[in-house]
Amino acid sequence: MPYIQNTEADQQAMLAAIGARSLEDLFAPIPAGLRVAGALPLDPGLTEQQLNEHVSGIGTWNRAASARPCFLGGGVYDHAWPALVDHLMQRSEFLTAYTPYQPECSQGTLQWIFEFQSMIAELCGLEVANASMYDGASAAAEAALMAVGATGRRRIVVSAGVHPHTREALRTYGRHQDLEMVEAPLRDGLTSWEGLVGADTAAVLVQQPNFLGLVEALDRPAALARDSGALSIAAVYPVALGLLRSPGAAGFDVVVGDGQSLGVPMGYGGPSFGFFAARERFVRRMPGRLVGTTLDRQGRRAFTLTFQTREQHIRREKATSNICTNNALIALRGCIFMAAVGPRGLEEMACVSRQRALELRASLLQVSAIREAFPGQPFFNEIPFRIAGGEPAVTRLKTALQQAGIAAVLPLSRWYPGLEGVFTLACTERTTPQSIAQLAQVAADTLRMEMAL
Amino acid sequence: MSLFPEPLLFEASRPGRRCTRTAGAERARATEGLPASELRQRPPALPELGELDLVRHYTRLSQKNYAITTNFYPLGSCTMKYNPVVHEKLAALESFAGLHPLQDDGEVQGALGVLFELQQILAACTGLPEVTLHPSAGAHGELTALMVLRAWLDETGQTQRRTILIPDSAHGTNPASCTLAGFRVVSIKTSDTGLLDVPDLREHLGPDTAGLMITNPNTLGLFEEKIAEICREVHAAGGKVYMDGANFNAIVGIARPGDFGVDMMHLNLHKTFSTPHGGGGPGAGPICVTAELGKYLPVPRVVEDEDGYRLDHDRPHSIGRVRAWHGNFLVLLRAYCYAKRLGAEGLRRVAENAVLNANYLRVKVHQKWRVPYDRICMHEFVARPKSEVKDQGIRTLDVAKRLIELGFHPPTIYFPLVVPEALMIEPTETESKETLDSFAGALNQIADEALQSPEILTGAPRNTPVQRVDEARAVKDPQLCYRCS
Repeated sequence: MPYIQNTEADQQAMLAAIGARSLEDLFAPIPAGLRVAGALPLDPGLTEQQLNEHVSGIGTWNRAASARPCFLGGGVYDHAWPALVDHLMQRSEFLTAYTPYQPECSQGTLQWIFEFQSMIAELCGLEVANASMYDGASAAAEAALMAVGATGRRRIVVSAGVHPHTREALRTYGRHQDLEMVEAPLRDGLTSWEGLVGADTAAVLVQQPNFLGLVEALDRPAALARDSGALSIAAVYPVALGLLRSPGAAGFDVVVGDGQSLGVPMGYGGPSFGFFAARERFVRRMPGRLVGTTLDRQGRRAFTLTFQTREQHIRREKATSNICTNNALIALRGCIFMAAVGPRGLEEMACVSRQRALELRASLLQVSAIREAFPGQPFFNEIPFRIAGGEPAVTRLKTALQQAGIAAVLPLSRWYPGLEGVFTLACTERTTPQSIAQLAQVAADTLRMEMAL
Repeated sequence: MSLFPEPLLFEASRPGRRCTRTAGAERARATEGLPASELRQRPPALPELGELDLVRHYTRLSQKNYAITTNFYPLGSCTMKYNPVVHEKLAALESFAGLHPLQDDGEVQGALGVLFELQQILAACTGLPEVTLHPSAGAHGELTALMVLRAWLDETGQTQRRTILIPDSAHGTNPASCTLAGFRVVSIKTSDTGLLDVPDLREHLGPDTAGLMITNPNTLGLFEEKIAEICREVHAAGGKVYMDGANFNAIVGIARPGDFGVDMMHLNLHKTFSTPHGGGGPGAGPICVTAELGKYLPVPRVVEDEDGYRLDHDRPHSIGRVRAWHGNFLVLLRAYCYAKRLGAEGLRRVAENAVLNANYLRVKVHQKWRVPYDRICMHEFVARPKSEVKDQGIRTLDVAKRLIELGFHPPTIYFPLVVPEALMIEPTETESKETLDSFAGALNQIADEALQSPEILTGAPRNTPVQRVDEARAVKDPQLCYRCS
């Protein structure tokens, strides 16, 4: 049987040692009436070779966006990463270790987590970061719950520019905590906070850049939160922080985000990792695992899990969160990635992604049926465009691009009913001038009959 | 293990060193049109290293870990079994790893097909027909299921039912998830036989009961023999039964929780279905529920119709989203590979050999160690030091550290809470008899050492990159990242 080493003779010897006659004897504690009669209705097992063929075959039913020009964004971006990320995270001593509860034989995992926390804190401009969360959406939801606990207030003012999945997860999480979610609307593509933040506000939540791709002014929400005693929370796209200032520098208390852009395959949306950074005064309220340094018996530096009294295995129903398993291995990818690109490499990725977006805009604005949806508003690497002909034209463009082998066009109307005919396109450092030209050509050909906007 | 101290990346950093480069960056051009107020004054102070030193750094760090591939790792309830390497190769295929989650359903039929078939496989294994693959881990599955329960209670007008009953032997995530879902927790006793105390349960059932969360087999490694009766009692009182499936590897292919009367459960695919633990994650914690509760599961669902597979967002009763996108897809793909490789027969063998190995280990150590429930166990058992060992001032922590010194990862210690000084031992089905023999030998040797020369235990471990660490100091003088240190 696959992966089982016990031979028939081993089994007999072991049963004899136990004093049982058969394997079935070992299941005597399960009442006979509750046992499955016969086999489960599943196909017979495959050999490794058959499995390879079966799964690779299923793979051919997919058309991977990463294998062709990809302009899809919406929180997941087709960035590149150096080969050493794949190579090192596959070291089986990382891959097949458990949570580092025994520090003496887990220093490898503990030290990389400490380095990960340090790099995330630096990137976000804050003092502490945890060992990772499931994803950006659940990290934001946990941040909101932390704000409720820290302030004793229940109202979270959320920018409508926050990723729709994040807002939906927040709504799901908040429903049972009597959390009141108020949406700050978008005016001309950017968040309008007027009149929404007050003495009953637990936190404001903004996304940078926002879901439309536009760069928000961070001073305003930070000041509103500070003045009303609320926490300011920013959800960020980490590659953008190679060029944009950190929310911590803008005065934010908590920064969360999804690490997919830091060396993680798009993977149909998972697993990625969430990150969670905060000011030091929130350490005892933070969710998730934390690694700190200490000394061993001989006075040498050592790493260990710390502040475990916040966590569910100690505090049970009084824990700061229920999270146990996190997304460590994918956070290790992010950790190796950040170390490999370094400060200038991250800035270069941010620059080239933005430069390609500028080139994309210039090319696409040659198409008379396409205009920027919010002219003059600053975008980063993802741009909202408006198309003459509304939703039917968006669909036609998307289909034409698919047929041309280009993965592109995220229609926004599904989440923003006021934005019919608006879609985004995103660029990364993998975007080539040729693919931009090809996209613009397909758009021109497809939309020839549309009126100019 | 590598015994050399490894400097932090930040300490090894030298200005100007680097590994990778992206061609064509021009900052002045890139910042055109961006407000100056939102730009960074300087790049983030990430470490700067050359490629060789970076590769060496992580290679050396990896050598400071015990892992399944290097050492026996019998962590109770964590199911540290072999993770097939072929899964890593298949999950790295660009035809899966290169999919963007916003691609149209027609371009991702393979991915949706894997998800749909995995749902069917999990339904077949659990006897619970409705499945969501969204939750990212076991605790996330618990929370999702409790939200489903809330949705059912609210929709059926039973808003007074806000209490969840949980055995005192349960994992800490159970009560923590209840709090997040807005439930009160009442603890139910464990009886002298190590099973849920049914009279105590009966006493606490009432008009405020929302349900029971029960782990089966429980954390003592014992099958809850009265599970069918327990489910009937909870149902009669108007509640639902949630089963924590952390220990499902003991009964996969042997028994189906749906047949017990269980209404909802999660599976830890990183346990039973052998996806790698990765130093703490990622996992996947799908939940399986009865037909009645299916309509409340998170969106989107994966469905099949005449045009193929598609994501269905139109579920008006759904609790909504619990995360972004469609679950930890590449983890789910590995679990799918595992189930396809094993088939029905292979999955049953998993349970048989997990239970065989645990019972064999139990009888190999039960003379020198106290096994409080010393009878046929499932996939794990709990032991504790004998009282004369305790009299020597030896604690379970010392035993764990001596095991590290002898080349074994320790079992789970001090859990479950109902057994003082617990060692919770789960060998899994993938270990050989020889490995079990050598671990039993080490454990029995330690029992002797504890009486004859306890300093051997209290001084352990000595052959590790660091010796015992001062965990209290890490809290008193917190150094959580390099900048603060």
